[in-house]
Amino acid sequence: MRRRTLLCSGLAAASAPVLAACSDEGGGADGGGRTTVSYGMWDPAQVPGMKQIIAAFEKANPDISVRIELTPWSSYWTTLKTSMRGGTAPDVFWMNAVNFQLYAAHDVLEPLSEHIEHDRTPVDRHPEQLVRLYAYDGIQYGLPKDFDTIGLWYNKDLFDKAGVKYPDTSWTWDDLRDAAAELTNPRERVHGFCSEMQRQLVLYPAIHAAGGYVLRDGHSGFGDERSVEGLRFLTDMIDRGWSPPQSAMVENIGRVRFWSEKVAMVHDLSAMAGQMYAVPALKDHAGVTVLPKGRERTTVIHGLANVISAKSDKKAAAWKFVHFMASRRAAEIQAESGVTISSYAGTQDAWLKSMPEFDLKHFIDMEKYGVPYPSSKNTAVWENLQYPLLGAAFSGKGGIEDAARTLGEQMDRALKEERG
Amino acid sequence: MSLFPATAAAKSAGRRAPRTAARPVRRGQRAAYGFIAPLGIGFGVFYFWPMIQTFYFSFTEFGPFGGHTWTGTDNYARVLRDVTVWQALGNTLIYCGIGLVALPLAIVVAALLNRRGLRGVAVYRALYFVPFVTLPVAVGLVWNWLYNGDFGLLNEILGWFGVDRHYWVSDPSTAVLAIGAVMVWSTTGYYLIIFMAGIKSIPRDYYEAAELDGAGPVRRFFTITLPLLSPTLFFASVICMIQSLQTFDLIFIMMGEKNPAVGETQSVVGLFYTWAFIENAQGAAAALAFLLMLLIAGLTYLQFRLQRKWVHYG
Repeated sequence: MRRRTLLCSGLAAASAPVLAACSDEGGGADGGGRTTVSYGMWDPAQVPGMKQIIAAFEKANPDISVRIELTPWSSYWTTLKTSMRGGTAPDVFWMNAVNFQLYAAHDVLEPLSEHIEHDRTPVDRHPEQLVRLYAYDGIQYGLPKDFDTIGLWYNKDLFDKAGVKYPDTSWTWDDLRDAAAELTNPRERVHGFCSEMQRQLVLYPAIHAAGGYVLRDGHSGFGDERSVEGLRFLTDMIDRGWSPPQSAMVENIGRVRFWSEKVAMVHDLSAMAGQMYAVPALKDHAGVTVLPKGRERTTVIHGLANVISAKSDKKAAAWKFVHFMASRRAAEIQAESGVTISSYAGTQDAWLKSMPEFDLKHFIDMEKYGVPYPSSKNTAVWENLQYPLLGAAFSGKGGIEDAARTLGEQMDRALKEERG
Repeated sequence: MSLFPATAAAKSAGRRAPRTAARPVRRGQRAAYGFIAPLGIGFGVFYFWPMIQTFYFSFTEFGPFGGHTWTGTDNYARVLRDVTVWQALGNTLIYCGIGLVALPLAIVVAALLNRRGLRGVAVYRALYFVPFVTLPVAVGLVWNWLYNGDFGLLNEILGWFGVDRHYWVSDPSTAVLAIGAVMVWSTTGYYLIIFMAGIKSIPRDYYEAAELDGAGPVRRFFTITLPLLSPTLFFASVICMIQSLQTFDLIFIMMGEKNPAVGETQSVVGLFYTWAFIENAQGAAAALAFLLMLLIAGLTYLQFRLQRKWVHYG
């Protein structure tokens, strides 16, 4: 008998910390009556900037404090989904285009439209394509904080050596091809360009530049003739040896090749400017300009948004913070920290000045004609089809037309399934 | 009484224990249950209960944010219809085949390290064991550098002999072998330790007697070491097969999603990961996991049947 009671008390003791841990959640206010809002994000490089914005926010709202919850990118979405299920998700968190509709469709995000109207949040000061990216069924769920466009980065040193004129805003795909051919130097293992199998940086911009599309009205554009033309433009460079094949770029991605000066031109994000700037050689002789014109001049624009969890029990305070994050003041602080382009119009000067050697203005100019990053309710499913199907064609094995058509069919099937 | 403690233990494990009639529970047994309770509860909560849940969820469509609806055998139909599943299964069986190469390798090294008069055995043993205790992520990253097509050491060395540079992990024809080689490299040490212990339990006088009869080292290996090591080998082969059927982390680290050889190298568990955590198809992933469990159980049962034909118990 005694043994049993001992066992029971032992169990009770073991479960006590668990119970305590459970009841610890939910209580929002700390000792001084302040509400603590948790803010989920993944980029450690942006923490200092975000802390400055939070400090400014807390000064204006002494009754609210904001606590950053940093989760590494590789586990951000899995952790977020699990914590939403368990009810421990942050009150406010970063959202991207790939995941947004999944969250909005499952009603786990707080609708913001009424708040925006009530508090007159300056939504119109942010790029319209981006704002629309975070609306679902006509309701706004997120407010953009920054944006990214893709530009053509080039290595002036390699251009000088080959005696080729630097790229500029007048460049077309013909110029890009000619230059890539001239710049390729097999003996030095230098390539002119990187036709990398990377959807945001290379595939989507090429498809759109050729006049094609990725996703329109719930249908795949990969089978579209012009889309195929855009993809063929890329694989052709690989077949001719002006770009490394994808099999080589898996091991050393275009960005790394550019850093080690083994490629003369790459597509890369505005957000990468800081890292380019940190490479001593590139700081001196890297340049950037708009993407060359195919049938159309275009780029892909994407930006992150702040959203509020529908399960949050501190929605009023969370909204105050999200509202502040969409303000001019917050955007200016963010721009000064120099990591990303703030989405608030006219606040980007500080970012431009932070790297005077690079002509970063092009990234902001491209916002006008940038195509928003394509997404649907279960984006990851059809995105996951792309690389396995296109891989062979991007490794110099040919057959891009068939691969793209098959991809289009399979993507349409996935889109149909997602509509249910 | 047996002369060979290790093989005696294996013997009772291998043969069916004699059935005994149910006895009244004695006081001492209660205490025994108390002692196994911590492990039993841990096993129940963290292994057995999730297993039952997985089985249940494999018949449902699982929402990305919780909530599930019963869909019957839809998930199983999807798994069986999907060509990528069969390809992943084929790949997994190839990994299993390659993984088993570690066993003969480990036996040979173990026999060599067991030679009389060899100095620094502890050092060798530690060296061989280090890869096994190294994190798979670290192993994968380091080997990726060695394999690197542009800057890798392997290509550099092969270059001296006039071999063209090759992208080992992104060429579909070599990727499986490249990963398999790392698998073998990182697990050999573990089996080496097991085999060395097994060899230690073989009495020295057998070897001395064989030597007097004029048997050479090769003959001694095949007629004494190998047969007497077979119970250990059986244990190792069961473990090795189960581990290689569940292989995932190394492939995940070494391949990356943009690799053109993803289809040729994806394992069943890798596919499970993609379905469950990227494509939000937890229900189908649960069905896949359950089928893999059945496969492993089936193959293990087969091994236990076959062992009667080749395992010697002293």
